[in-house]
Amino acid sequence: MAAREKVLALQAEVAQREEELSFLKQKLAAALLAEQEPPLEHLDPLSPLPPKAALSRDEILRYSRQLVLPELGVHGQLRLATASVLIVGCGGLGCPLAQYLAAAGVGRLGLVDYDVVEMSNLARQVLHGEALAGQAKAFSAAASLRRLNSAVECVPYAQALTPATALDLVRRYDVVADCSDNVPTRYLVNDACVLAGRPLVSASALRFEGQITVYHYDGGPCYRCVFPQPPPAETVTNCADGGVLGVVTGVLGCLQALEVLKIAAGLGPSYSGRMLLFDALRGHFRCIQLRIRRPDCAACGERPTVTDLQDYEAFCGSSATDKCRSLQLLSSEERVSVTDYKRLLDSGAPHLLLDVRPQVEVDICCLPHALHIPLKHLERRDAASLKLLGEAIGEGKRDTQPGAAFSIYVICKLGNDSQKAVKILQSLTEAHELDSLTVRDVVGGLMAWAAKIDRTFPQY
Amino acid sequence: MAAPLSVEVEFGGGAELLFDGVKKHQVTLPGQEEPWDIRNLLVWIKKNLLKERPELFIQGDSVRPGILVLINDADWELLGELDYQLQDQDTILFISTLHGG
Repeated sequence: MAAREKVLALQAEVAQREEELSFLKQKLAAALLAEQEPPLEHLDPLSPLPPKAALSRDEILRYSRQLVLPELGVHGQLRLATASVLIVGCGGLGCPLAQYLAAAGVGRLGLVDYDVVEMSNLARQVLHGEALAGQAKAFSAAASLRRLNSAVECVPYAQALTPATALDLVRRYDVVADCSDNVPTRYLVNDACVLAGRPLVSASALRFEGQITVYHYDGGPCYRCVFPQPPPAETVTNCADGGVLGVVTGVLGCLQALEVLKIAAGLGPSYSGRMLLFDALRGHFRCIQLRIRRPDCAACGERPTVTDLQDYEAFCGSSATDKCRSLQLLSSEERVSVTDYKRLLDSGAPHLLLDVRPQVEVDICCLPHALHIPLKHLERRDAASLKLLGEAIGEGKRDTQPGAAFSIYVICKLGNDSQKAVKILQSLTEAHELDSLTVRDVVGGLMAWAAKIDRTFPQY
Repeated sequence: MAAPLSVEVEFGGGAELLFDGVKKHQVTLPGQEEPWDIRNLLVWIKKNLLKERPELFIQGDSVRPGILVLINDADWELLGELDYQLQDQDTILFISTLHGG
């Protein structure tokens, strides 16, 4: 028995050491890449990929399953080996896309991402692992792809794509994949592709849905033909607010890889001038016919006005990230910090804390003394919710000095919805639908609470 | 006098959230003097289906930028946009474009 235990203990130790070693190797790979990275403004010229006349024995074995496809064959594989693809965004779409392109033997992959790996990325951004949290996504992706296929040249660019750099970068690659997460970047990538004459394989995903199409391919429409005007910033939902299922970005990233491979191998894409809509919840794929190229398009039309890259954040009225926006709807007197709210809570002063997040987020975490009424219910002046609120106020007032205004503090995840709710409650007070109240919101919401007051409170 | 029309109105890409989360609506448009086109379908939708924040769906007499309109799965731009005259059994899809990744 003793011998058996020793074997098991040694096996466990070996496994642990191996895990530590693999963790260190990943860190080293990313650190080595970071060391080599040139600044984007003055890129070293990339040497053109050498033409390839034949496949080696190893390559034949490695790619054998796709080589026997008559549509691809040796000819297609040789084209893939000399093709270069620029991937804008190494997130939920970019990871599976890059993974399949590297696996299939595409010659060179440019990987653009300014962001760093966070734990909340790992459920969908499958090239990144726990070991590289906090490291640049471009390096993390490159390290991961090198482990998969060392013959593929990965060029990480751990910086934002900007109007100053985009055109030069796009010109260095044959095909561009838009895997970004914000509207200004989508217009920037489109315009750079039109100016450089590159096909653009574009996908996006949110919640349980995804969309994919190919722009500016062989006389087909570009992004601006279909969307001449950007959407109002307040109508755009990011993945942090709306949520997204990792498999959905995975499916879309794989479809994007498929379109890139077909273009690179000379087979031609399927979704130029068409858009595939994927509804994961209903299990529907639906292909729609897009408009043809617009002769009056500002980018690809007959008299283009976009002859140079512009200020896309100004054009779209939003920033080129998917980070949550901070609204400023209230004056500073109408707001309290989490520190001040904590002090008030500890003093035992009578008040009501109103949590206006949707129920699905309240289920994730909440402060136990809060009353929950979703913002949506307040917006539509839901009678049952207002009754509940009136009762809670009545109960709270019993402990307040007669005549004194009762205090309500409104909280949400980040401090945007709480400001909207304060506005609504103020209008209800003015219309005498509710008694006289002092209503304030908590700046930064529960995520500020988690960061500054209670480190054990979940972040999401 | 145009006869009543039976059409399918669909919302996707998050646009359905302005319609109580319901994606598919089988609707009957009542008979009226003028033929039904997309312009007056939008007015009808605003009055009969839209549950909240119309500014997130309508802008002026059209849809807001960022919403694609598909008539029987074809971009409305190919079919006359607001002036397209609805036919019985048409499917009109309003899809909000996604930007996440």
